[in-house]
Amino acid sequence: MTTRIEIGARTRLAMFVRLLAIQGAWNYETLLGNGIGFCVEPALRLLPGGEEGPAYRAALARQSQYFNAHPYMAAVAVGALARAELDGEPPARIDRFRTALCGPLGSVGDRLVWAAWLPACSLAALAAFGFGVGTVGVMVVFLGIYNAGHLALRAWGLSAGLDHGMRVASALGGPVLRRGPSHLAQASALIGGIALPLALDQVIGPGRALFGIVLGAVALGGLVLARLHGRAEGWKIAVGLLGLFVLYSVAR
Amino acid sequence: MTDFAQLLPLAILGAVLGLDVVSFPQAMISRPLVAATAAATLLGDPGRGLLVGATLEMFALETLPFGASRYPEWGSAAVVSGGLFAMHGDGSPGALTVAVLAGLGCAWIGGWSMVQLRKLNARFARQRHEAVASGSKRVVEGLQVFGLTADLVRGGALTAIMLSVFVPAQTWVLNTWATDPRVSRAVVVGVAASVAAGAVWKVVHAAPGARWLLLGGLGVGLALLAIQ
Repeated sequence: MTTRIEIGARTRLAMFVRLLAIQGAWNYETLLGNGIGFCVEPALRLLPGGEEGPAYRAALARQSQYFNAHPYMAAVAVGALARAELDGEPPARIDRFRTALCGPLGSVGDRLVWAAWLPACSLAALAAFGFGVGTVGVMVVFLGIYNAGHLALRAWGLSAGLDHGMRVASALGGPVLRRGPSHLAQASALIGGIALPLALDQVIGPGRALFGIVLGAVALGGLVLARLHGRAEGWKIAVGLLGLFVLYSVAR
Repeated sequence: MTDFAQLLPLAILGAVLGLDVVSFPQAMISRPLVAATAAATLLGDPGRGLLVGATLEMFALETLPFGASRYPEWGSAAVVSGGLFAMHGDGSPGALTVAVLAGLGCAWIGGWSMVQLRKLNARFARQRHEAVASGSKRVVEGLQVFGLTADLVRGGALTAIMLSVFVPAQTWVLNTWATDPRVSRAVVVGVAASVAAGAVWKVVHAAPGARWLLLGGLGVGLALLAIQ
């Protein structure tokens, strides 16, 4: 039986810091692939033969090929793939495992982070703005809450991957990843409902009549955009509307 | 304002915040709320940055950065927006509208520039495919450093170019602006909040009870405004 190679704190820290730049070479051909190789590399130095040895070079080449996942959840892949390489798993098995990781790590991360955590934090910050919290307070609310979740997710992912290796799928079944998006969506609905009228009022300033008209227009506009879901992008329509308004304001 | 000494800090900020959108560290310091406030703080008026940042944030709620999808680049755009709005501390009637429109335009162009950067990264990686396939650490790290540097340059250049274009354009537009200041603000934030409302619904509609929670939240928000 071979001795399990332990990964020290310095190597873990190096991998974690590199994870923050995992999308540095993102492109339409290998997507996140080069980033995975870049992040796994500090652990590969522990392979027999050391840095630039045959095992190191073969593993780095394997890990730098095409890969796709959510950038935060890719930490799970980085940890698990590093562990698999250090455990001396057969290359063909690592390749299959690598391919199998892409789908779940993409969909879980997109649902949890982009579609739930980010909007929830953004709406919480807009609510703080609407309540009249100062500049520093709004920044603290948004960056503090968002990055507490962001960094914790990356750290957990790396740790889970390194601990579980090719059995990491069990860690992906945790309640936060399964039920988190739904709970966050419910929280976003409540916070969003509170935040929008308050933020609207903050920007427009005092005056009930104008606020009422704008609120009605917002309800109508929001309804139309919700009905157009997937067929039109509101921000692009807004460019046209605001462009026309600027022309009107200049030409009248 | 277009003098070099004032443009440079904003261009550097645009570079750093443009980098945050995708490449490093994706800590969301590039979100409009943060980026516009940071830009306006550089010009000495963080409060105006927060105002324009909150307005742009409502648009940004609709555009989530899913993988290979194409989305606007808010980091550099919000620096342009925050910078433009902070330059008009006199409260010009159309300043918010022009700053937001410039931000949206810049975000659109910024999104296109990110696509070009990704194509450039792909070409660069393709040329070094054999070295990567042989496990060259130098090449793997080099590709990463190249991508990060190119993204930094992209964000900085975009911010500098957009400010160079929009500062004189804004001055001309605001000198000829004829709409009431409150109506001007109401129009821009009304459009922004409509987009945000549609976006919130898109995000939450599938969750159990979300409809009632949203309505309940609206009720609370309006009640709070009524008792103010």
